[in-house]
Amino acid sequence: MLKVISRLLSSLAVKEEIVGRSSYMDFQATTPLDPRVLDEMMPYLTYEYGNPHSRTHAYGWNTEKAVEKARKQVADILKCDSKEIVFTSGATESNNTALKGVAKFNLQKGKSKIITVQTEHKCILDTCRHLQEEGFEVVYLPVDKHGLIDLELLDKTIDEKTSIVSIMTANNEIGTIQPVAEIGKICRNKKVLFHTDAAQAIGKINMDVNAMNIDLLSLSSHKLYGPKGIGALYVRRKPRVRLNPLINGGGQERGLRSGTLAPALAVGLGAACEIASIELQSDTDHITQLAKKFYKVIIEKVPDVILNGHPVHRLCGNLNLSFAYVEGESLIMALKHLALSSGSACTSASLEPSYVLRAIGVSEDLAHTSLRIGIGRFTTEAEIDYAIELVEKHVKKLRELSPLWEMVQEGVDLQNIQWSQPK
Amino acid sequence: MLRLIKFTTPFRRYHEKVIEYYEHPKNVGSYDKSDKSVGTGIVGAPACGDVMKLQIRVKDGKIQEAVFKTFGCASAIASSSYATEWITGMTLDDAMNLKNTDIAKYLHLPPIKLHCSMLAEDAVKAAVKDFQRKAENK
Repeated sequence: MLKVISRLLSSLAVKEEIVGRSSYMDFQATTPLDPRVLDEMMPYLTYEYGNPHSRTHAYGWNTEKAVEKARKQVADILKCDSKEIVFTSGATESNNTALKGVAKFNLQKGKSKIITVQTEHKCILDTCRHLQEEGFEVVYLPVDKHGLIDLELLDKTIDEKTSIVSIMTANNEIGTIQPVAEIGKICRNKKVLFHTDAAQAIGKINMDVNAMNIDLLSLSSHKLYGPKGIGALYVRRKPRVRLNPLINGGGQERGLRSGTLAPALAVGLGAACEIASIELQSDTDHITQLAKKFYKVIIEKVPDVILNGHPVHRLCGNLNLSFAYVEGESLIMALKHLALSSGSACTSASLEPSYVLRAIGVSEDLAHTSLRIGIGRFTTEAEIDYAIELVEKHVKKLRELSPLWEMVQEGVDLQNIQWSQPK
Repeated sequence: MLRLIKFTTPFRRYHEKVIEYYEHPKNVGSYDKSDKSVGTGIVGAPACGDVMKLQIRVKDGKIQEAVFKTFGCASAIASSSYATEWITGMTLDDAMNLKNTDIAKYLHLPPIKLHCSMLAEDAVKAAVKDFQRKAENK
């Protein structure tokens, strides 16, 4: 009897019941493991536990066979030879190996300049900063308001001292896709190595390292529905790219990355690459349809929303939106039923707003209002409808709380106000 | 109800008081700035991601009621909302003695969010000073 009463009371008191977890809409941060990938990995997490470098028994031969099959699957998605694939612990390690390895090797040829872009991932920027401390010269190219680099400026900046050019294929925050084939052509003409961090692009756009003149490429497993903890570095063999390895040891991975490989993880990455290449078109269609719907409806229902990044050359599943006059962290907290991220200061460890948004010229106040929505293979239309409903409701509520929105409604020009400096 | 939400959808970064102030903020609103009994304080800057507008209605030297509007994170919204509650019924002098540490303690703000409580303190002081300035210019 008491149970009935308490259930009745709680059903009256509860306005909203949340059961389960929030809807995942942060596919640029990471992706769930595709169940088919897990299936491929299972034997290597259970009974196939051999060390793939063990030459003397079937335990080793079996896992080595699986690793080599995975290597071929990764090579196929890049349209290169499997001998050119080096397994690493992830894109961060691949980026470090590519930049530090090439920079240090090319020093003996008198080349000490590295060219990169202001909007690169932190692992590239921090590696470059570290190389600067060691005496290398690094040029950080600016980007336009959509996040694209100026190809003429790149051409002019490359000189005889340039060791390597590193430009990411697709940006994780704003989704902009760089003209990689044109960049590759410029670098090939100037005989400079071209490295690209393709972690976000693999499985979403067709990559061909030969057609695009790419010499080094980093990829990450957990961005394409594979397991976390593994990635790969493509290192061109014709003409051979030479680099100093970061990790010394038993000479595995052609001496470029010593250490026992994890067969389960390698198999997972291989399977994820194969699935991604087969399903690239269907994934793209599905994701594009959802992203277009979300954007179209939000623009209609909510005023003063700006899309950051290139409107056309962008990852289909990335929507980086600025909701003017509403602060990003408060919006994320309001949207607690959705798992998103923001370019606002409060959600980064420092109080600085996203450097990528600043590089594309987004004003500081708008940088604090941005939200990054990442749509992926497993996002459903119901989730998108739900997300639209929530975003509309909470943006409206937060604007009612916002003094800036109030001022704008009254016709005040926010650019002309003298704001007080915080003490 | 909040406990249900906390159990099924963990949101561990914020204290439940801060969440409560976002879900049901107290004293959201605006008064007419030109009204003689109203003091308005606007502090912060959009470039910093925090702008608080706090207004007080004063009668006989006491703050009858206070309202706020904030552009900022949940801690900023909670700090300014709590500040309006705290100062309601106080004399102007008492309100000037509001310390940010009072707000931070009540809301259990982590060190990285202490600046929100400082801004709320500034907003209250700015509102009181604005009222006093208007009273002098009569």
